[in-house]
Amino acid sequence: MSFLRVNNLSVRLKKGPPLLRRVSLQVAAGDVHGLVGESGAGKSMIGKAVLGILPPSVEVTGGEIWLDGVDLLSLPLAERRRRIGATAALIPQDPLTALNPSHRIGPQITDRLVDILGWSRADANRRALELLAEVQIPDPDRVMRSYPHELSGGMRQRILIASAFAAEPKLIVADEPTTALDVTVQKQILKLIAGMQARHGTALLFVTHDLGVVSKVCQRLSVLYAGMVVEDTSVADFFAAPRHAYSAALLAATPKYTDPAAGLQPVPDAVIAQVRAEVVAFDRGAAHG
Amino acid sequence: MAEAKAIDGRSMVRRRAGLRLWLSAGWLGLLCIAALLAPWIAPKDPLAQDLFLGRMPPVWVMGAEPGYWLGTDSLGRDVLSRIIHGARIALMVALIAGTITCVIGATLGLLAGFLRGWVDLVISRLIDIWMAFPPVLFSILLIAVLGPGLWSIIIAIVVIDWTRFARVVRAEAMAQGAMDYVASARVAGRGRLGTMLREILPNVLPTIVVLLTLEMGIAVIVEAILSFVNLSISTDQPTWGGMISEGRASVHQAWWVLVFPLITLFLTVLSFSQLGEGLKDRFDPVLR
Repeated sequence: MSFLRVNNLSVRLKKGPPLLRRVSLQVAAGDVHGLVGESGAGKSMIGKAVLGILPPSVEVTGGEIWLDGVDLLSLPLAERRRRIGATAALIPQDPLTALNPSHRIGPQITDRLVDILGWSRADANRRALELLAEVQIPDPDRVMRSYPHELSGGMRQRILIASAFAAEPKLIVADEPTTALDVTVQKQILKLIAGMQARHGTALLFVTHDLGVVSKVCQRLSVLYAGMVVEDTSVADFFAAPRHAYSAALLAATPKYTDPAAGLQPVPDAVIAQVRAEVVAFDRGAAHG
Repeated sequence: MAEAKAIDGRSMVRRRAGLRLWLSAGWLGLLCIAALLAPWIAPKDPLAQDLFLGRMPPVWVMGAEPGYWLGTDSLGRDVLSRIIHGARIALMVALIAGTITCVIGATLGLLAGFLRGWVDLVISRLIDIWMAFPPVLFSILLIAVLGPGLWSIIIAIVVIDWTRFARVVRAEAMAQGAMDYVASARVAGRGRLGTMLREILPNVLPTIVVLLTLEMGIAVIVEAILSFVNLSISTDQPTWGGMISEGRASVHQAWWVLVFPLITLFLTVLSFSQLGEGLKDRFDPVLR
């Protein structure tokens, strides 16, 4: 029984072109599912739809999002918000804009626990300190009293990870959590997320455009192109033998440290043409019902 | 050690802001005291006329009358006492009109910028329409309808200037609304109102403070303009605008009747805007 099941989810710009074309995917409890694709392929859009934070210019036109046995889209708004808040969390992309510059770190982690989940202030504080220690932040007491601008990008991302795990969610959406960081810090953060995920048994929806990252942390992945899932497979199968030509081209485009002379391989035009034709065919099929 | 201090840009900014803050707050404080204690500290009765003492120059000029520090106007009224009493109206208009304008404008701007959708559509169109009215004519028209008086001026300022807040706060709220911490708060289940007050408002507050003090300065000027065209308070109440208006007629014979209220007005408006800038630096968590 998968913990998150997205069924034929369609999202489009209001009175505009489709952004997600009948996307389906399943994430089992405790699994890590990668979402890969080019910029604008709709990777983040899936995560946002699951968490109910689609931008106001976008609307869901069809499909289901089953989270922990309930179809979120069939619930009234307040109930949906409550459920998402109780079971899911977000690790955002840019640690620099993901912490509120006006508040100290401590309250940013604890206030949600206290205000929304009804924890006592003391419990929330203890929990925050415990998590900050778990994400290897030195001197958690001092950090709790700091403002975000007093901390480095890596530190802030660690805090965001701690904050995401604070209420023991069963699903975390990580939206390119390492993209905004230095390469050296990226590796540590990745390891940290993978470690936390394994320890807490949290299902993770991992949005990235880095196949190297996928191979390290994910069990399954979906390859997206123009809001369409072109391949949904296990990571082992994907790296052994991708089924779709676009997936294969994407894999071949990964730069190789072992053979710098090979340079960068773009996705061939023929493959782009093929996958575009599939998108067009899909839209035509959708138009005819 | 001194070098190390100079390199840290934060302390430099803070010290400069501090001086600016204290100078402007000092002048405004002085003005507040003058306004509160006007009947006791004004050397003369601001309304007492003495035609034998008309157009007496300030004390340091030849031919001055002792006791009239800044001279007298053409009716022999003491300029200093009138400026002190005029501070009452000026500050009252600044504080009341500025605050009400700020609350109304900032609330509408915050709602439009954060909620977007039809709320934004309605408020934005309203702002566009509002700003198409020429402000001075609009205020004169309003006073003509409402009749002159302190509250008419305040209402006129609020009705005309709320767009100033709404526009800027809307843009700021929109920018803040796109930040990831707002998304995180929504995911955690914080309601719209809670998110707006807790996540957005504190970050828009420095801007609101600057706008508020700026608006207080503008309110002082608007009151002066309306007094100048004789649409303000009844004429037996001394106001800076009224004094400037009267002084204009006799500027060649008695420059002091025009110049001293003008300097007071200038310093007051300048102090308000500088106070805002100084306070903003205090409110900004990064510079704090």
